[in-house]
Amino acid sequence: MSDFAVAPARRGVRFSPGWLIAIVVTALLVAPLAAPDSFRWALSYPTAWVVPVSDWLRAFLYWLVRDLSFGLFTFKDMTRFVASLFAAALQVPKSIFSTGVTFGEDGFHIPRLSWAGIVCAMGIWGYMLGGARLAALGALGFGYIALFGQWDSAMVTLSQVVLAVAFGVFSGLMLGIWAFRSPRLQPAVVATLDFMQTVPTFAYLVPLIFLVGVGPVSGLMATILYAMPPMVRVTMMALKAVPPELDELGRMTGCTTRQALWKVLVPSARDDLLIGVNQVIMLTLNMIIIAAMVGAGGLGFDVLNALRQPNGLGKGLEAGMAVVALAIVLDRMSRAVVELRPVHGHAAVVRRRYVWAGLAALLGFTLLSFAIPELEVLPRDWRVSTGSMWSEVVSFVNTHLFTAAEAFRTFILLNLLLPVKKALIGMPWPALIALVGAGAWRLGGWRFALGMMALIAFIPVAGLWERGMTTIYLCGISAILAILIGVPLGVLGSRSDRLHKILGTLCDTLQTMPAFVYLLPVVMLFRIGDVSAMVAIVLYSLVPAIRFTDHGLRRVPPSLTEAGTMAGCTPMQRLLKVELPYALPEIMLGVNQVIMMALSMLVVSSFVGTNDLGKQIQVAISQADPGKGLSAGLAIAFLGILTDRMIGRWVAARKAQMGLV
Amino acid sequence: MAAASQAATVAPPVAAKTLAPAERPVALTCRNLWKVYGDGAAAFMQANETPSPEDIRQARLFAAVRDVTLEVGRGEIFIIMGLSGSGKSTLVRCMSRLVEPTAGGVFFEHKSLLRMTDEELIQLRRHKMGMVFQNFALLPHRTVLGNVAFPLEVQGMGKAEREARALKVIELVGLGDKSGHYPRELSGGQQQRVGIARSLAVEPDLWFLDEPFSALDPLIRHEMQNEFLRLQRLLSKTIVFITHDFDEAIRLGDRVAIMKDGAVIQVGTPEQLVISPASDYVSAFTKHVSRAKVLRVGSIAVPAREGEHLGGAVSASAGVAEVAALSVDSTAPLAVVDEAGTLVGKLERAAVIEVLVSGARA
Repeated sequence: MSDFAVAPARRGVRFSPGWLIAIVVTALLVAPLAAPDSFRWALSYPTAWVVPVSDWLRAFLYWLVRDLSFGLFTFKDMTRFVASLFAAALQVPKSIFSTGVTFGEDGFHIPRLSWAGIVCAMGIWGYMLGGARLAALGALGFGYIALFGQWDSAMVTLSQVVLAVAFGVFSGLMLGIWAFRSPRLQPAVVATLDFMQTVPTFAYLVPLIFLVGVGPVSGLMATILYAMPPMVRVTMMALKAVPPELDELGRMTGCTTRQALWKVLVPSARDDLLIGVNQVIMLTLNMIIIAAMVGAGGLGFDVLNALRQPNGLGKGLEAGMAVVALAIVLDRMSRAVVELRPVHGHAAVVRRRYVWAGLAALLGFTLLSFAIPELEVLPRDWRVSTGSMWSEVVSFVNTHLFTAAEAFRTFILLNLLLPVKKALIGMPWPALIALVGAGAWRLGGWRFALGMMALIAFIPVAGLWERGMTTIYLCGISAILAILIGVPLGVLGSRSDRLHKILGTLCDTLQTMPAFVYLLPVVMLFRIGDVSAMVAIVLYSLVPAIRFTDHGLRRVPPSLTEAGTMAGCTPMQRLLKVELPYALPEIMLGVNQVIMMALSMLVVSSFVGTNDLGKQIQVAISQADPGKGLSAGLAIAFLGILTDRMIGRWVAARKAQMGLV
Repeated sequence: MAAASQAATVAPPVAAKTLAPAERPVALTCRNLWKVYGDGAAAFMQANETPSPEDIRQARLFAAVRDVTLEVGRGEIFIIMGLSGSGKSTLVRCMSRLVEPTAGGVFFEHKSLLRMTDEELIQLRRHKMGMVFQNFALLPHRTVLGNVAFPLEVQGMGKAEREARALKVIELVGLGDKSGHYPRELSGGQQQRVGIARSLAVEPDLWFLDEPFSALDPLIRHEMQNEFLRLQRLLSKTIVFITHDFDEAIRLGDRVAIMKDGAVIQVGTPEQLVISPASDYVSAFTKHVSRAKVLRVGSIAVPAREGEHLGGAVSASAGVAEVAALSVDSTAPLAVVDEAGTLVGKLERAAVIEVLVSGARA
């Protein structure tokens, strides 16, 4: 670079691409709205142009079921065979937890695990794992379920959870190990996992019902499909995180590949792997509840049933509380296992004693229940029902809070939801595609923009405009609200350790609860409709906004905040000018999570009467129309991938800019 | 060096300066060893037998180990010293084939390591090699006993036998009362004792130590060095010891190889390095070393005249610092004798003082 000649002024090009794009977008947006008659095709996507994606998918699935044959057996034979294997496997935990085993009519009966035994064992093991608090939590959680008459449903759910977790953990571990060992496969595996996690849970259900039929088995299979990906991911990461020296140790001591894996790598990755197990448990529980829609039964069915009945809310809340109890106990217990450290000497003896004492209580009470049937099934008149109490709460809420809630509901609906919905649905579809394209172009250039435009174009092209836009509107508004509430909370949490702890507990609790449970109180207050859906989505997706903000701000290096203070910043200036900009990439990752969770909540919230893509999936399930369900599922998945990639690009660029990579 | 013997199946002779001391049979040989990273590294090395650093850079490759040729004698403590990034860790991993060398040869007891099958390699590592790691690499889910017994378990030895053997080694490193503890319950120094015990459990012939004491604080490090010397006096293993600490190198090593940018730039006894550093790079390390600690009496002795009156006799292999007081107190020069007791020269007081003063200056 010797000569510093003045670059020839590029007068020939008046507009940079950026300007051109801005003009195109504006034109596409304004022109159809200004002259609706000449741009009718842009305002509502012409039916003739719709690509019948749903029909193709339906035809494909029909072909699978009716015509595909592998010679000796057909595809349908295969799916039915796999389903029967699952059904047989489910029999084992179901007998243990839920039904017991009876030989013949009125024959010899081996009772299920006694409720008293489980409550005691939970107390003893809880004490071993986490002291008196966890003991109380375990015993009270299961005690509530027993006393309040939720035991039968809860055990149906628990037996499904046990099988799904066992299967999900095992196959997730194996797949993760396999991907870890063949680095060439890894990108493909990661891409598949990304996709699986953005597809809404329900989209799995639709084809599964079609292939396997309604019942616990299709619910179980969908649950495994949904809960396993994190295990694969955690396994890959955990094995990668094992210090290279341990890998070398394995090789230097002359381990065979198998010895190195099972004696060195997997045990060394124990903690991370167990965190994966915890995730699988929570996702499984969440999905099993939802799977009640396809006949999985259990607590989910009770909640669902309550939502369907006009006066069922009280019963529903009771079942909902049982779900929460089950979720919190399973979560805290499995997390305490992660924290468990090996001990030796006296401590080890004590620990072993607790394990045996728990087992003894469990089996002892169960053996006793041969003689005392009350220990197997708690008699009806020993049970307490809060159903009537909850009904009273509901009616109290209805009489006293109704006016306030109704005013809030109407206000939000008229001033926020309806106008935005109208504007989005009325938006010319080419303008939407162009907008997405323009944003993507700024973030990642032409090729990236083309990819993103293809994703968003799926919505009008597949004929899903109205439902798609309703989805975007509902998710968008809910996500914005969640961010508006969550980010300030996160900021507060990062300022004070006490608040940080309180928020931590709140987030834990919100995250433990299966999505279904959010609907109950919300419907109680706001009845069926978009407002209920919105509030439920906001509650459900709030957590990452709080967590990532808090975490991001806490990770700002002290030297930076000190520099801000020494420059004479007020605390507010320091927050706005130093800390938030530094933490912004992290916060944006939280925003990304918020949107993902909002999308995944869609189908659940469609129960309370929104007309979005989730609704289409729900309708597809009831009509057993796999094409419709899959195409709506794909549309949601595409929306998820779109936001994920765009935000991901932005975060990566921003981090690179700040030298944080 | 056009060697006379060209038999390829056994380790070929190597340059004189890197030969193992004559009194020791050769245990491990590296010959023209290269480890080159980057796309097409293997093909590149086949095309260019001894590429220059410039060639390698132009091919967009990176040479972690360059043309290393050396011999380690049986029972010798051979130290590889270099700063971080000098390739010493890669070199030691090439010696055990944890890292596959790109070119050259490694011979253990005259057998080519690089020609071994996976099965042979596993057997070799199970029975002949032990390794101690910088960050201990203890298995967190096993007790001290479980960790030390691990290599024996991998071999398929029965539980009772392997635990008995492991306990013996644990006693040897002074952790007899800690065998039921888990690694996280031990201090850093204790953890590395476990690492050492584990590597010794299989009674290896060849013992690799990869910066074993670098993660420990200075006091513990000194204690562990003494422990290491004590063990070696008991066991007489062939040792390849990696360190970035020159003081540690001269304190522990029979011979030291100094590495820079993947190449070995000098191999010698600590004394040779101090007396005649091969380059400014080496003298940069040696100039802060107390010469009195390193120099042997023999190397500063001068020939004695016939019938000269000499003071008390000192061994030629003694360190100058050890005999300093004796020499300064003596009115006549000291007699220097070899191991057989034959007179080989005299030690002038002035020479001793010169060494002591130069050490103080540094």
